Amino acid sequence: MNAVATKTRRRSAAFTVFLKEVRENLRDRRTLLSAFFTGPLLGPLLFVMLVNVQINQQLDKADKPLHVPVIGAQYAPHLVDALEEGGIVPDAPVADPGTAVRKQDADVVLRIGAGYGKAWRQGEPVQVEMFYDSSRQDTSSAVERVQKLVEAYARQQGAMRLVARGLSPGTAWPVQVAKRDQATPQSRAVLLFAMLPYFFVITLFMGGMYLAIDLTAGERERQSLEPLFANPVARWKILFGKLAAICLFSLASLAITLLAFAVVGHLIPAEKLGMELDLGWRFAGIVLLLMLPLVLLLASLQTLVAAFAKSYREAQTYVSLLMMVPLIPSALLAFLPIKAQAWMYAVPLLGQNLGIMRQLRGDGVGAAQLGLCLAGTLAAAAVAIGITVQMYRSERLAISG
Amino acid sequence: MIEVRNLHKAFGAVKAVDGVGFTARDGEITGLLGPNGAGKTTTLRMLYTLMKPDSGQVLVDGVDAATDPLSVRRALGVLPDARGLYKRLTARENIEYFAQLHGIDAAVAQSRREALVDALEMRDILDRRTEGFSQGQRVKTAIARALIHDPRNVILDEPTNGLDVMATRGLRRFMQQLKAEGRCVLFSSHIMQEVAALCDRIVVIARGRVVADATPDALRAQTGEANLEEAFVKVIGTDEGLAA
Repeated sequence: MNAVATKTRRRSAAFTVFLKEVRENLRDRRTLLSAFFTGPLLGPLLFVMLVNVQINQQLDKADKPLHVPVIGAQYAPHLVDALEEGGIVPDAPVADPGTAVRKQDADVVLRIGAGYGKAWRQGEPVQVEMFYDSSRQDTSSAVERVQKLVEAYARQQGAMRLVARGLSPGTAWPVQVAKRDQATPQSRAVLLFAMLPYFFVITLFMGGMYLAIDLTAGERERQSLEPLFANPVARWKILFGKLAAICLFSLASLAITLLAFAVVGHLIPAEKLGMELDLGWRFAGIVLLLMLPLVLLLASLQTLVAAFAKSYREAQTYVSLLMMVPLIPSALLAFLPIKAQAWMYAVPLLGQNLGIMRQLRGDGVGAAQLGLCLAGTLAAAAVAIGITVQMYRSERLAISG
Repeated sequence: MIEVRNLHKAFGAVKAVDGVGFTARDGEITGLLGPNGAGKTTTLRMLYTLMKPDSGQVLVDGVDAATDPLSVRRALGVLPDARGLYKRLTARENIEYFAQLHGIDAAVAQSRREALVDALEMRDILDRRTEGFSQGQRVKTAIARALIHDPRNVILDEPTNGLDVMATRGLRRFMQQLKAEGRCVLFSSHIMQEVAALCDRIVVIARGRVVADATPDALRAQTGEANLEEAFVKVIGTDEGLAA
């Protein structure tokens, strides 16, 4: 009888804390804004804008006439004609092609030497100089376009010369490369969306951040932690109630983001780039599932870090630093070509990252990968919660002054 | 009843509490008097199990705080030195939160709350959010939530700190009422007039030790000083950190 009564009370104490924290924070405009509006919605909007800009840039470059300053155009009128046919508008020559490219006055500059006409007539190879800056990513498509046009012209002229000498053009090109691109429309999209998992993690993080700080560092600073601990409730139950409230807010945040991505997914003209992007319900469900244990892990890490701080402000600083951690796997995967090994799925953050990317590629997440990811992160969450429980036991925690 | 036996607590090299022992009885008001930094708050924190003593024993209604801290906290109503409220909740919600943490039946909690609201004269602020409360309103709310479970033993850490005259008088009346109800009331103060006016028993603490433990009359007789203030100064050895 007694045991039963104790059990019910035990359950309700953590639940009481949970309800109170949720109710209190629903009344805080700043928390609401950050958890349910700016946090989850800014990401998708920013993302759509970025992607649209990028796509339009590439489309623009492919279709629009390309202005290229040509030095010595008068020496090679046929070449210039061929370039013009390819959509290039020869501009007035610049004095110093190197500087023009470096100063970003021109994306690419062509220089044709004065000896072009003479060498051409004698059937000797001639040189066309192309000035560009390979570190300027945005000009690479222009450079590539000019280069291809020049090469196509050269190949065409070469073939004509061979034919004039009674030879088959094939003799000059004994080996030809036939390209067989294995990229699917989805996998092409991945390049563009490599940062998507980071968006999700950050949203989770932001959704719970204010609560995590407020519920430990904030409560201590406002001197309400000591009276709270004077109640006949074990501290771990209080902690669990608080963690549950943090988890609820960050989950809500993630859900809003996923919903927003599902909606704005239609606004991304991915098909224009030969890509296919599925951000629908199935994707949302998989992401939510992968993220569940991560919610716990982040909530307890944030609480732990906030508990170390002496003040609300200090906690804010620490937690913001913690926000850098989820960036690591995303950056790693974006810039290093890592082949996914099975064990990687068990690493928190990395596992979620790989899983989401796999889903984006249209490969689907297998049961084993899903299991590894959930189990690995859950284990890490358990450890983090264990440490936080210990932290909550310390005498230092409750003392405000 | 609260019994304290030979408590010790050190923070690093500083001995905050160095062998404190006393008994606070039911139906009495016991005053813990001492200059600032004498170890009053640390002693009280060990009573309500926020801190663990390095050595010594705390018994509340015969229950050892070291072995059964939850039962001890259930038997205590505590107004700690830190008395922060939840400013986005109303006074009523602040009180209800603690009632729920105690696992009190809602109907019981309600009647108990009504009694406290009347006794503390705080009906006008009950449904206001506590943000912007005056010091007096805050203390009233903090006391109401601390006593919502009808504890036999009440610990108040410097309850009149920062209160104006009217609020202080109201609080003293309330403490007398708690005593009349047969509760054990233990409060700390560094204000001599207050202790003299309220207490059945005075425990004087200085530098982490009990330097006197007697009724006000006995204290006067013990020191040979008719004036209580002089008596305090004599047992403490200095008047530093005391307020008249």
